[in-house]
Amino acid sequence: MTKEQIRETVFRVLGQIAPEANLNHLKPDRSIRDQMDLDSMDLLNFVVGLHKELQVEIPESDYPKLSTLNGCFDYLASRKNAA
Amino acid sequence: MAEFLMPQLGADMSVGKLLGWRKKVGDRVQRGDIIADVETDKADIEVEVFATGTIEKILVQPGEKVPVGTALAIISEEGPSPGAGPVPPSPSPEHAAPTIPSPAPLIPTAPAPPAGGPRVHISPVARKLAADLGINPARLSGTGPGGRITLEDVQHAAQARTAEAAPEEKIDRAARMRQAIATAMARSKREIPHYYLSTEIDMSRSLDWLTGENLKRSVEDRLVYGVLLLKAVALALRKVPELNALWIEGKATPRPDVHLGVAISLRDGGLVAPALHHADRRSLDELMRDFRDVVQRARAGSLRSSELSDPTITVTSLGEQGVETVFGVIYPPQVALVGFGKIAERPWSSEGQIVSRPVITATLSADHRVSDGHRGGLFLVAVNQLLQKPEEL
Repeated sequence: MTKEQIRETVFRVLGQIAPEANLNHLKPDRSIRDQMDLDSMDLLNFVVGLHKELQVEIPESDYPKLSTLNGCFDYLASRKNAA
Repeated sequence: MAEFLMPQLGADMSVGKLLGWRKKVGDRVQRGDIIADVETDKADIEVEVFATGTIEKILVQPGEKVPVGTALAIISEEGPSPGAGPVPPSPSPEHAAPTIPSPAPLIPTAPAPPAGGPRVHISPVARKLAADLGINPARLSGTGPGGRITLEDVQHAAQARTAEAAPEEKIDRAARMRQAIATAMARSKREIPHYYLSTEIDMSRSLDWLTGENLKRSVEDRLVYGVLLLKAVALALRKVPELNALWIEGKATPRPDVHLGVAISLRDGGLVAPALHHADRRSLDELMRDFRDVVQRARAGSLRSSELSDPTITVTSLGEQGVETVFGVIYPPQVALVGFGKIAERPWSSEGQIVSRPVITATLSADHRVSDGHRGGLFLVAVNQLLQKPEEL
């Protein structure tokens, strides 16, 4: 799976959680949660969405690695391509 | 014969706009069916019917804005035709009426002409029209002989009101929601003598149990700690049931069922507090599903009428924003509100040692007309005890 596909998936899932947000304004190295004002239920739905789209198991202890966009891309690429 | 009324979807609602019907005259409806959509200041709501029968007459057309309690349709409740299957269960008392009786209208509609007081000089035909339109003649200045209010004066007032109302439609929903919240909260602070209690709860047992539990679960089935808090509140209410009540017509009416209102902030401003029904009887998994579902629908703007009219107590968790303590304002006609702050690592004394523990501050805002600090204290103690045994929640 290419980095571009992972990127698209992440944006699609975020878009489902917060349809009103402008994702183009997100800074890739800052907390997604802070920038989009997400709560724990949103974050859970984010992880569930990634799991459904990419079929990767994401243990709870790895949630911190998903806190920024860059973190998401790296983590998901390593999980997806290792599988 | 039953009237299907514009429901009161929370204490801050005085009027609603009918967006559309999902049924037509002659259609059969079952108690619980969603038969109409209504726009309130807060959200578009799917409205359920509380009777079973056939729609006989539709009284309000899509686009019309009417006060809470206005009959929208007439439903004939003749029993099911022979062989039509089992008789549907009769509505439970709490669902018999779609509205929570409100002690007083929140936003005063134009009052009827006062019975006493100074006599208004108005022609009978003008008085009737004014009453029909909900215009208070006492506020009009008459142009007739001797300052008498004429039919024309009332018509002018009605036109002026329509002209005023039109731009109001353009005010965005955020502003209207602000107004609705302002009305409910002002009423709360005006009428409810609040008292406040707070306690710190060691969350280490709950969080450890949750981590272990989530390790066993796939992503979709994982729990958030908020669900443990909700279940603990629901169960603690069994010990202090007077907090699970509504203040109606000058007295507290205890509610047999625990319908927890959960405060959900909306990203474009404002908040709603829809009910998780029978929270004390739901398993953690069921409660988690209900919670996720209602958060998603609240943000998508598709809540149901029963969810907004049923809460018997509200829980608010502001820990997400990093605050430690919530001093909540009770949402009338409820008589209590439970608040949770963030979970923070704190020095904690345990068995003679100072240790670091994840601690949350739980607060209770309660109506002193209904309960006293002693009982409120017992409630918070019960919440704490329940959270020390998460496996039993």
